[in-house]
Amino acid sequence: MVAQRLTLTGISKHFGAIRALDDVSLSVGEGKVLGLMGDNGAGKSTLVKIIAGNFRPSAGKIELDGDPCDFSHPKDAQRSGIEIVYQDLALCDNLSAASNVFLGRELRRQLGPLRIIDYRAMHTRAGELFTQLKSETRPRDLVRQMSGGQRQAVAIARTLLSDAKVVLMDEPTAAISVRQVAEVLDLIRRLRDRGISVILISHRMPDVFAVSDRIAVLRRGELVAHKDTADSSPEEVTGLITGAIQAA
Amino acid sequence: MTTTLEQAIGQSQHRSLLSRLMSLQVFWIFFAAVLACVTLSLITDTFATERNLFNVTRNFAFVAIIAIGMTTVIASGGIDLSVGASVVLSAVVIGATMEAGYPIWAAAMFAIGAALLVGLVNGVLIAFVGMPPFVVTLGMLSFARSMALVLSNNKMIYQFGPDHELLLWLGGGSTFGIPHPLIALVILAVIMGFVFKWTRWGQHVFAIGGNENAAILTGIPVRTMKVSVYMFSAFTAGVTGILMVGWLGSVTTNLGTAMELTVIAAAVIGGANLAGGEGTVFGAVVGALLIEVIRNSLILLGISTFWQGAFIGCFIVIAVAFDRIRRLRGQD
Repeated sequence: MVAQRLTLTGISKHFGAIRALDDVSLSVGEGKVLGLMGDNGAGKSTLVKIIAGNFRPSAGKIELDGDPCDFSHPKDAQRSGIEIVYQDLALCDNLSAASNVFLGRELRRQLGPLRIIDYRAMHTRAGELFTQLKSETRPRDLVRQMSGGQRQAVAIARTLLSDAKVVLMDEPTAAISVRQVAEVLDLIRRLRDRGISVILISHRMPDVFAVSDRIAVLRRGELVAHKDTADSSPEEVTGLITGAIQAA
Repeated sequence: MTTTLEQAIGQSQHRSLLSRLMSLQVFWIFFAAVLACVTLSLITDTFATERNLFNVTRNFAFVAIIAIGMTTVIASGGIDLSVGASVVLSAVVIGATMEAGYPIWAAAMFAIGAALLVGLVNGVLIAFVGMPPFVVTLGMLSFARSMALVLSNNKMIYQFGPDHELLLWLGGGSTFGIPHPLIALVILAVIMGFVFKWTRWGQHVFAIGGNENAAILTGIPVRTMKVSVYMFSAFTAGVTGILMVGWLGSVTTNLGTAMELTVIAAAVIGGANLAGGEGTVFGAVVGALLIEVIRNSLILLGISTFWQGAFIGCFIVIAVAFDRIRRLRGQD
């Protein structure tokens, strides 16, 4: 059994009378990929926002490497090693790949009394990260001219830079071409191989089954399944999402 | 075939320096400005005279200084319509305080302070209250110009107390034959060219203009950044106000009227993208230069200055259309 990286126990979230999440417990191991599935409104994004520190749970606890966490701000989660790759990727089209990777934490060097941006170091470091990800992304290229897969690589390189423990990926394979989907799934495997735990939120059944070790299914705020991918099937998961199958 | 890390790092999407240059809007604008200058020198014997060049460089410096501030605002995804009003406010403040007997350095600080206050209010309303820049700065245009009228009681100021001569020298004089406004422009342009490229502040201005949401998510202090951007723009207007008073030797309250439009035109012709995220210091200067060369050439060629607007209008549209065409081609 691998050590659990992130453990959620009895997480509930209420917005007034609305129960967005009800007693959800799940965990993801070190270097494992968890596929988080569910229909729109099932509570996926609420759960992601709780892990990312946007919301505090109404009840329940979060543990990272066995230590209890209480995030009141996304910055707290980030500092603890939880990184999110947003659906829109949050990239600046007008800047280079390297500048995007280092956005907000630019490397600098001393020039007389001034601290100026160290482009050379940023290009080198970004190039190393892209090589690790086996991506053909070039550090100097503008993000505007990149394919969907390359953009994902830039967004993921950003999480590598911060030495993340857990990476949350929100629909990374939506709205990109088939070839690029394969590229993104490879990127997820690279993260996993580096011992990073990945939570993959996706609607696309084949992608989830291709890379995830375990699958969690949410329906109307409740966790209806949390099992090894090998023990499940796309048919079962579809049934769980729609409610044709009550729980598994 | 796999490329090595070194190759990948060295590589960029541009093939050579020339093709890179040719794809820049500012290159063509610069080319147009140089072409206009050469043509004018050949067909008129008045253009290339020392006196005329002195005037051209001084006149364009005023617009160019503010265009650098405007380019910064536009690059951050905003717009500042209040720069013309900041010019007159700064001019009235320095005029009135010097007339009251204050030394020039104190009066200049008051003037710059007034302009910075305008920028601060703009920035706070835009960044912290979340109002659209167009509306806020349009309101400020009206407000600041009105304040200038109130402060001066709409009277012309032409006596500047003990430092009268110093003020006239500052705005209207020259050192080594170079008019002072041009020196101020060169200093500002060099500093800002460096800041845009080599500082975090510069990077973050462009990041905010490129994708504000991304900038927020990566922890860039977007709100304070925006306030600083509008304060910088107001600062350039304040400096210009002081220099203009010195040049004209008097303050009238119609100073800087409609100047915001000329400045925006200069910035846009120079490659600033109103959608945010693009713009260069060099472009702002060249855009301002082109506008002044057009104005000057019409006068020298004996064409009615009523045509000036038509020419500038055409250049704005051509410059942006050129950029569009280049982009469409680049997508293939």
